[in-house]
Amino acid sequence: MIHRLGLTIAWLFLASAAPAPVALDLVLGDTLPPRLSDFRLFTDARGTRPNDGVEPYDLNTPLFSDYAEKFRYLYLPPGTTARSDGDGLPDFPVGTVLVKSFGYPADMRHPERDVSIIETRLLIRRAHGWVALPYVWNAELGDAELKRGGKRLPVDWIDAQGRSRSISYAVPNQNQCKECHALSGEITPIGPKARNMRGGARATLPVWNDPGTGSLDRRARAYLDVNCGHCHNPKGAASNSGLFLTWEESDRTALGIGKRPVAAGRGSGGLDFDIAPGHPERSILTFRMKTTEPGLAMPELGRATVHDEAIVVIENWIRAMN
Amino acid sequence: MGRMLCLAALIAASSTGAAARTITVEAGPDAQERLQTALIEAAPGDVVQIGEGRFELTDGLSLDVPRVTVRGTGIDGTVLSFKGQQGAGEGLLVTSDDVVLRDFAVEDSRGDGIKSKGADRIVYHNIRVEWTGGPKPTNGAYGVYPVESQDVLIDTVLVRGASDAGIYVGQSRRIVVRNSRAERNVAGIEIENSFEADVHDNIAQYNTGGILVFDLPNLPQMGGHSIRVFDNIVSDNDTPNFAPKGNIVATVPMGTGVMIMANRDVHVFNNALEGNATANVMIVAYKQPFEDAKYEPRVRNLVVRDNLHGRAGFAPDFPGGKDLAAAMGGSLLPIFWDGVGGADTNIRVTDRVGVLSLNLAKPTSPVTEAKPAPADLSGGADIAEPKPVVLPAAMEAAIR
Repeated sequence: MIHRLGLTIAWLFLASAAPAPVALDLVLGDTLPPRLSDFRLFTDARGTRPNDGVEPYDLNTPLFSDYAEKFRYLYLPPGTTARSDGDGLPDFPVGTVLVKSFGYPADMRHPERDVSIIETRLLIRRAHGWVALPYVWNAELGDAELKRGGKRLPVDWIDAQGRSRSISYAVPNQNQCKECHALSGEITPIGPKARNMRGGARATLPVWNDPGTGSLDRRARAYLDVNCGHCHNPKGAASNSGLFLTWEESDRTALGIGKRPVAAGRGSGGLDFDIAPGHPERSILTFRMKTTEPGLAMPELGRATVHDEAIVVIENWIRAMN
Repeated sequence: MGRMLCLAALIAASSTGAAARTITVEAGPDAQERLQTALIEAAPGDVVQIGEGRFELTDGLSLDVPRVTVRGTGIDGTVLSFKGQQGAGEGLLVTSDDVVLRDFAVEDSRGDGIKSKGADRIVYHNIRVEWTGGPKPTNGAYGVYPVESQDVLIDTVLVRGASDAGIYVGQSRRIVVRNSRAERNVAGIEIENSFEADVHDNIAQYNTGGILVFDLPNLPQMGGHSIRVFDNIVSDNDTPNFAPKGNIVATVPMGTGVMIMANRDVHVFNNALEGNATANVMIVAYKQPFEDAKYEPRVRNLVVRDNLHGRAGFAPDFPGGKDLAAAMGGSLLPIFWDGVGGADTNIRVTDRVGVLSLNLAKPTSPVTEAKPAPADLSGGADIAEPKPVVLPAAMEAAIR
């Protein structure tokens, strides 16, 4: 009896022992830790249980990345807050970590079951600016390793229609992280803008595939903002194209309507305009969303597959235009 | 040898504290990850030395560290092959300043060959970019592609097979393109929406069009000006246009030598021009309708002088061109002007070979309204020549 009580006490002790907190010294330092576990952002060896202070969040309209399920977390150093004035990016304090894990359920008809996490990307706000670090999970290791040079991995799953899919999944290298996450050459977060934070007080961006959340126009614009606007803006990687697809853009030509391509090359698909109003089949925008061919496919990353459901929304949007 | 070099550099680095290192990457398995990691881990001042041989790459490469030199062993010795490329828009992307690229080749990239964006003071030297299957619309658009950059040096570069332009410089300022060769591209060399460029001592042959100076509307930088095109050989640009429709170069007629569109203060002189079936020199306004109050579609302040002209205009590649040539005794005059703008555009041609004007009233006038006739553009006041482009001395030193 005493023995058993002792065991119970030991078990209680183990269960209630708080795990060591997030390694704030590494977050704030200027090293590039080789293992994700070094940060202690998760308490398990599969990257599914966040540590104290690592809070999950969701977005109204997320970036498509080859149908990967994404698990997003925000860590703020103890005693700090992220201040938000408008509907854009909050002012994240030094020490903020944005955590995004990418994984696939074995069968997307049961998305909550058998999810294997492939990679976890960190965006860390350090004193001199944001740093982007890609970690790739290694099941044998029970940890994720820093892969600054990126990695390709075979991935397969059963999709929501029950079809079996398999792709060569590309973990972006550190420069590719920056290609999307750069404004005027400086790294910046993309997703957690106040307007896109699900359940947030200023979440004005509709859910792209939920007609109850906004008109077709607003949902299409939300999708383009999140999936294209991080490069296609005047300070982004596609600034030279003059095609600007952000939520704020109001100039019809800059949005691609009746706009001729500049440096598209064969990305034009033999078509004359980025968007031909009323005619998705004559629009370069949809042509490039519907191909997976490297050099043509847009966005350039995370596009080994076509986002079929989004194509429907964008095509309907263009068809309704005059 | 490479490893020894690397070791020697490391020793040098440790003895002086902060001296530049040489990071050597040899061909072999996992070339993608090893080469990309080297380009990421390089520190300012370092040299990434790419070894001899073929590097079979699966994705685009990129460099975002300033003051890095990427060099191979030569344009046939170090070959970055993107035949198996599965992602990214170009072979190599550079987004940092003061980078030197030299002595290697990029082959068969799915998009552009080498792109540098917002990369000031970039040097391309002794580089080959090629699509090895010859001219095809499925080839990537641009061979070397600096854009949105200040101070660009392209020296001794060879580009073959680009489905848009072999050497393309866009939305940039202070540009020198010299001692280079562009063959079997749609456009050999193209300077677009750019300010202050010297394009000289190049050979542009067997393209659809040899050397293009263009300006397009609805772009962050417009109003191309102050461009000198001189001492080039622009000949036999006889490859049928294979650009995908929708791109501006898809409208370039086969057999165009030097083409000037919608720019000002452009001087074309001392070039050898021949074997261009449509025209040795073509001067045109931007023809498409556009909505952009800040855009000027006409050519202004153009000088064409002292060029050597061989045979030209013998098979003009535009609707009605054949009949027009027949009517003019078998071939068009070597210099072709759409006639847009009249006297206030200030176009001065003193080459004594004759100018054919279409006498179109407006940039958007259809060719059916053309009233072709010889024009004399040799008169008028002198037009000041743009000053030579002088690049920072360190850029010139990097290739010596």
